[in-house]
Amino acid sequence: MYRVAVVGDRESIYGFSALGLDTYFIEEYEELPPMFKKLCQSGNYGIIYVTESTAVLLEKEITKYNEAQTPAIILIPGVTGNTGNGLKAVKESVEKAVGSDIIFND
Amino acid sequence: MALAHVNPTRMELSKLKKKLVTATRGHKLLKDKRDELMRQFLELVKENKELRIKVENQIKNANLGFVLAKASMSEETLSTALLAPKQEVYVEVSNKNVMSVDIPTFDVTTRTPNKNDIFSYGFAFTSSDLDDAVQSLNDLFPDMIKLAEVENACRLMASEIEKTRRRVNALEHVVIPQTTEQIKYISRKLDENERSTQTRLMKVKDMMLKEAHSY
Repeated sequence: MYRVAVVGDRESIYGFSALGLDTYFIEEYEELPPMFKKLCQSGNYGIIYVTESTAVLLEKEITKYNEAQTPAIILIPGVTGNTGNGLKAVKESVEKAVGSDIIFND
Repeated sequence: MALAHVNPTRMELSKLKKKLVTATRGHKLLKDKRDELMRQFLELVKENKELRIKVENQIKNANLGFVLAKASMSEETLSTALLAPKQEVYVEVSNKNVMSVDIPTFDVTTRTPNKNDIFSYGFAFTSSDLDDAVQSLNDLFPDMIKLAEVENACRLMASEIEKTRRRVNALEHVVIPQTTEQIKYISRKLDENERSTQTRLMKVKDMMLKEAHSY
């Protein structure tokens, strides 16, 4: 049985705790990568949602789990707005598979 | 083409011929795999794009709700309200095999079946904006799970497609032409050897006849 985690700034994610997801806030930027690494390696989490603004700080860790089956790391927009990084990730996987972007070229 | 050195022997020739057959067969199979993966990937990625746009919009709306809720309540009330969640979410991960790519699928179970357990607070001291915000998050949650599933699948398939494409290309543009070239080289060499033996024998025969009949 896996659980679902949400990582991000407090403002963006505190609502998710009501649904029963585990929420992890950041307080210190330095603590973030080791905390995130621990989350990924614990094996407790099937899905980890990360807000886009936080994901920027965790790029190195996230790419490591790109080809892992679990945890699935999914970007979600935070309260500060949508940076488009989530869609960019989808675009990148299209580019990787097809060679050029044929889905988003509008 | 620059050839790796091969011994022009019959044994080498039959070895190379076998290799060519295997390579051609592998090339065909891998090409089929790539095409099918690509077809499924394109379907999935379209779904992924739509889901993502939908989920991002919904999250935006939910966040708006939370900002409103926060504005109309004190920080402490809000923290207390959400301090001890009643509900817990578990996901069951099972694997689906698509063209030898293991794709996890997520099944969600909650600790209690009661839908209203998302409200972990009494309604007396919180604003209704919070209720709305929590409710809207809850409504979008199934889509979020779906998004996680689809996006993960897309990512896994993309890397598998990339790998398969490289293999196909390596077979098509390197292994198969090189082997064909080597086979040609050996058979030419063998033919040449045969012809040279033939002429030598004829020459020897002529010489022997000359000697015997002393022309």
